[in-house]
Amino acid sequence: MAEAHDYKAIGTRPVRPDGVDKVTGRANFGADLNLPNMLHGKMLRSPHAHARIKRVDVSQALAMDGVYAACAGGDFPTNERTTDLAKNCMARDKALYHGHAVAAVAARTPYIAERALDLIEVEYEPLAPVLDVDEAMADGAILVNENLHTNGDASKPASNVAAIVKFERGDVEQGFAEADVVVEVDCRVPTAHQGYIEPHACTATINEEGEATVWCCTQGHFDVRSLTANVLGKSVGEIKVIPSEIGGGFGGKTIIYLEPIAVKLSEMSGRPVKMVMTREEVFRATGPTSATHCRAKVGAKRDGKITAASAWLAYEAGAFAGAPVGPGCMSILAPYDLEHFSIEGHDVLVNKPKVAAYRAPGAPQAMHAMESAIDDLARELGMDPIDLRLKNSADEGTQAPYGPVFPAIGFRKCLEATKAHPNYTKPKAEGTGRGVAAGFWFNIGMQSSAEARLSEDGTVTVVEGNPDIGGSRASMCLMAAETLGVPYDRVRTHVGDTESTGFCNVTGGSRTTFATGLAVVQACEDIIAQCKQRAAATWDIDVEQVDWADGQAIPKPGVNVDANPLSLRDIAKNAGRTGGPILGRASVNAQGAGASFSVNFADVKVDRETGKIDVLSFTGIQDAGTAIHPAYVEGQMQGGAVQGLGWALNEEYIYDENGVMENAGFLDYRVPVASDMPMIDTQIIEVPNPSHPYGVRGVGETPIVAPLAATSNAARDALGFRIADLPLSPPRVLEAIDNQADA
Amino acid sequence: MEGYAYARPTSVAEAIGVLQSDAASGRRSQLLAGGTDVLVQMRSNDREPRTLVDVKHIAETNRVDIGDEEVFIGAAVPSAVLNENAQLKALFPGLLESADLIGSTQIQGRASIGGNLCNSSPAGDTIPAIIADGGICVIAGPDGSREMPCEEFVTGVGQNALGAAEFLLGLKFKTPASGSGDAYLRFIPRTEMDIAVAGAGVALTLDGGGTCTAARVSIGAVAPTALLVPEAAEALIGTQVDAAALAAAGAACSAAASPIADKRGTVAYRRKVVGVLCRRASAIARDRALNNIGGSQ
Ligand SMILES: Cc1cc2nc3c(=O)[nH]c(=O)nc-3n(C[C@H](O)[C@H](O)[C@H](O)COP(=O)(O)OP(=O)(O)OC[C@H]3O[C@@H](n4cnc5c(N)ncnc54)[C@H](O)[C@@H]3O)c2cc1C
Repeated sequence: MAEAHDYKAIGTRPVRPDGVDKVTGRANFGADLNLPNMLHGKMLRSPHAHARIKRVDVSQALAMDGVYAACAGGDFPTNERTTDLAKNCMARDKALYHGHAVAAVAARTPYIAERALDLIEVEYEPLAPVLDVDEAMADGAILVNENLHTNGDASKPASNVAAIVKFERGDVEQGFAEADVVVEVDCRVPTAHQGYIEPHACTATINEEGEATVWCCTQGHFDVRSLTANVLGKSVGEIKVIPSEIGGGFGGKTIIYLEPIAVKLSEMSGRPVKMVMTREEVFRATGPTSATHCRAKVGAKRDGKITAASAWLAYEAGAFAGAPVGPGCMSILAPYDLEHFSIEGHDVLVNKPKVAAYRAPGAPQAMHAMESAIDDLARELGMDPIDLRLKNSADEGTQAPYGPVFPAIGFRKCLEATKAHPNYTKPKAEGTGRGVAAGFWFNIGMQSSAEARLSEDGTVTVVEGNPDIGGSRASMCLMAAETLGVPYDRVRTHVGDTESTGFCNVTGGSRTTFATGLAVVQACEDIIAQCKQRAAATWDIDVEQVDWADGQAIPKPGVNVDANPLSLRDIAKNAGRTGGPILGRASVNAQGAGASFSVNFADVKVDRETGKIDVLSFTGIQDAGTAIHPAYVEGQMQGGAVQGLGWALNEEYIYDENGVMENAGFLDYRVPVASDMPMIDTQIIEVPNPSHPYGVRGVGETPIVAPLAATSNAARDALGFRIADLPLSPPRVLEAIDNQADA
Repeated sequence: MEGYAYARPTSVAEAIGVLQSDAASGRRSQLLAGGTDVLVQMRSNDREPRTLVDVKHIAETNRVDIGDEEVFIGAAVPSAVLNENAQLKALFPGLLESADLIGSTQIQGRASIGGNLCNSSPAGDTIPAIIADGGICVIAGPDGSREMPCEEFVTGVGQNALGAAEFLLGLKFKTPASGSGDAYLRFIPRTEMDIAVAGAGVALTLDGGGTCTAARVSIGAVAPTALLVPEAAEALIGTQVDAAALAAAGAACSAAASPIADKRGTVAYRRKVVGVLCRRASAIARDRALNNIGGSQ
């Protein structure tokens, strides 16, 4: 593999191809499409967090002037195979959370649709809700789903615990017995929403033959296609999905809410139907990530060698099974090389919206617990927190707690870079606290397809199927340019719809630059192979005698032929005479995604009279493998840090005792504003991933993992005592200060 | 169904005419200044059709007069315009800071203190500052204009003393004597674009020796309306506004507060923080007053 410094395109920072349209407002997002005769759809949502639905009658709404269609659960296929997803899109016999969709209408204007909702009659039998993970796990808890048994074991009574997962190695009892020091942390992290600025939106139309077209903002239109087909009982081939630009997703746009309903309303009315969520609906009815209760315990020898670690994790799944507790368990100890550990995780139903993926799903909460414990351990031992981690760090050859043996990883390099970083060597200011934490995310590979089409003037159009969220078009162009040996501006990348490009899994799991990038590189290599054939034919030599260098075909050294190099442009121009258009293709199921480790540290100040915490500085250090576009890698690191800091400081779902969210808007669900944040300093570490031609690891998710614990540890340092729970909001911090003073 | 209408009167009489005729026909009318509350409300929960009566194009509501005796601030003058008025800023730095806290630069291009007061939210940031500065509401109505102290203007959450065909023309203040200073502080969990969890406005005057001779203290977001807290003022008057006096004033504010517990803070939290804000704002007002002793402002 080439060394980083050999690259011409990779590692540069050109402007992203979609940038101008996005900053000028020309780009089209989910709600921007309008079609002739289009109707506006609105959802009726449950006013109860838990209720049996006895009857839904839409007839009066349908009778209203300007209303063209109305539907409810009974209009969708319902049998024993009906998926949780389908029931989440439209409730059937039970409303499982406040805001759960129970019916929908389509009308000439959004205003008429809204008023028509008032005419839908729903007879509910309200049930007591279960609203918190501990309550849900208690004996005799109210059941969200009476037919759910832990791990599917029907011999046991029904439970809210959908699954228990365990990871173990060695003998933890023995390990803790060997320890000189043992520390324990018990903490709760609240529900947090991804907070994407663009609400969910789609427009759908269906013809008399049952062929539907859906335009929407999504992280994966192929998934929208299969999920919509599932809910409607249609075949995948009957649905075409066209992705718009996307105003943020962070995992929250990997599933669907509106699309099948819009298709159904279109089918009923014979007109296109657009549905756009309000911000309130986004908060109440789309998937945030899990609220959690975690316990972490770690023991070590006086010299800092960790002898054992254990963790108990309980994650709220919302109304249907599927909290990200598995990844939480698998990541919690990933940075460390351990002989003895045990981890137990619980996936727990409560009457809240079904959680969805959020950046490194499950890892921030789990690692908040363990990295807080590691911090306490460093204090008990009187060790620098970086030295403690260096002493126990995972490295190439370490068997990860979740099974595989790590190939080359960058964790030690991140730790060493932290120790040398000017923000870390600089003494902290009077009255401030500093906290360190490690972060980790697996990253994934999965399936991707790409085409590289050579145009007649030698420019290249790359077509792939991953919506561009963090600048991936630019990264695809850079990898294509590098592979072909042409300048960046000769390549354009286009995100194709489900009919114009091959299958791609979602833009998620930090996989796009890695896996789709791999497909793009291979598609470009396919172009090169074809170009070499055309050159060989032109020169009348064997294809093995042709080389490709700097964007042109040249005869191999020693090949005796009188020929000028043929550039991509030359070959493109003559393609008609040498065999027709040149089209490179590749599809992959990418293996060997590279884990990305990080170290974050923060300096904070606490106002002891108001409880307000100000973050004075924040530094993220992360292994990117190879930074294809360093500015966009830094952007991911900064964005993830800000989301993590928001979650650590103020973000939380606040529910009343009936399970109604009280802060369903950006005024009271407090994501940080720009002036809340210091400059987020970044340092990219590059330990190339051996499984990618250019060494790419994913970078998008790791950045949100460490900030929770880093902030918590910094606050611990500033306060002199630990507040284990998040968020560290002013009222909680002031109360803790007052309690501490009283004690 | 009657739709929306928009009226753009250019005189007080014309504005009152629109309000009266709507009132007579039973149609809803609503005054509009910068619209930074009205438009948000119309787009979220209050869609009922009405006449919007824009008060921005009337000379009186746009006037800022600074006299030796009296200062008048038109109800519709945007916060950004107020904050560029150096003379006003020297006289009422605290009041202008409260206006400068509203939203962001973009919002302040429109948001007026008249609108903030007439929206009558318990958390409106300029209200405690206006009350502390002894602001008098000048109200225009069918029978001419009337005046009332600002602390009497807001009568409940979202409610005020305006009659059906009345509107706020502006606010009148006594031009501060030498040795005067004011300040306003609010607490929010973020740095901007947020709503006060508690707020405190203080205006005070010191004599040549630094002794406080007059003070007004008002607190916001800790009761259904902003409150004037005479006990806090009394704790400052006659003192050098030293640590003990500040603590006593703070304690008086905590005692006067009757907050609710909600998503933004518990009762105990708000009570405590409003005292802290009073103390800190009083210290700022004192330092400003010390700088003004002997000087004509
Ligand atoms: C993003 C954002 C951030 C904000 N931040 C803050 C903040 O930090 N602090 C804060 O206090 N507020 C804040 N606000 C609320 C709002 O901006 C202020 O209340 C502002 O001062 C309102 O002034 P306006 O001129 O826009 O009023 P408008 O919206 O025009 O009117 C407000 C109310 O007063 C009535 N009204 C207006 N003028 C008159 C008049 N002359 N006579 C009688 N009635 C009248 C209207 O009918 C309406 O009920 C924010 C708003 C937004 C959108």
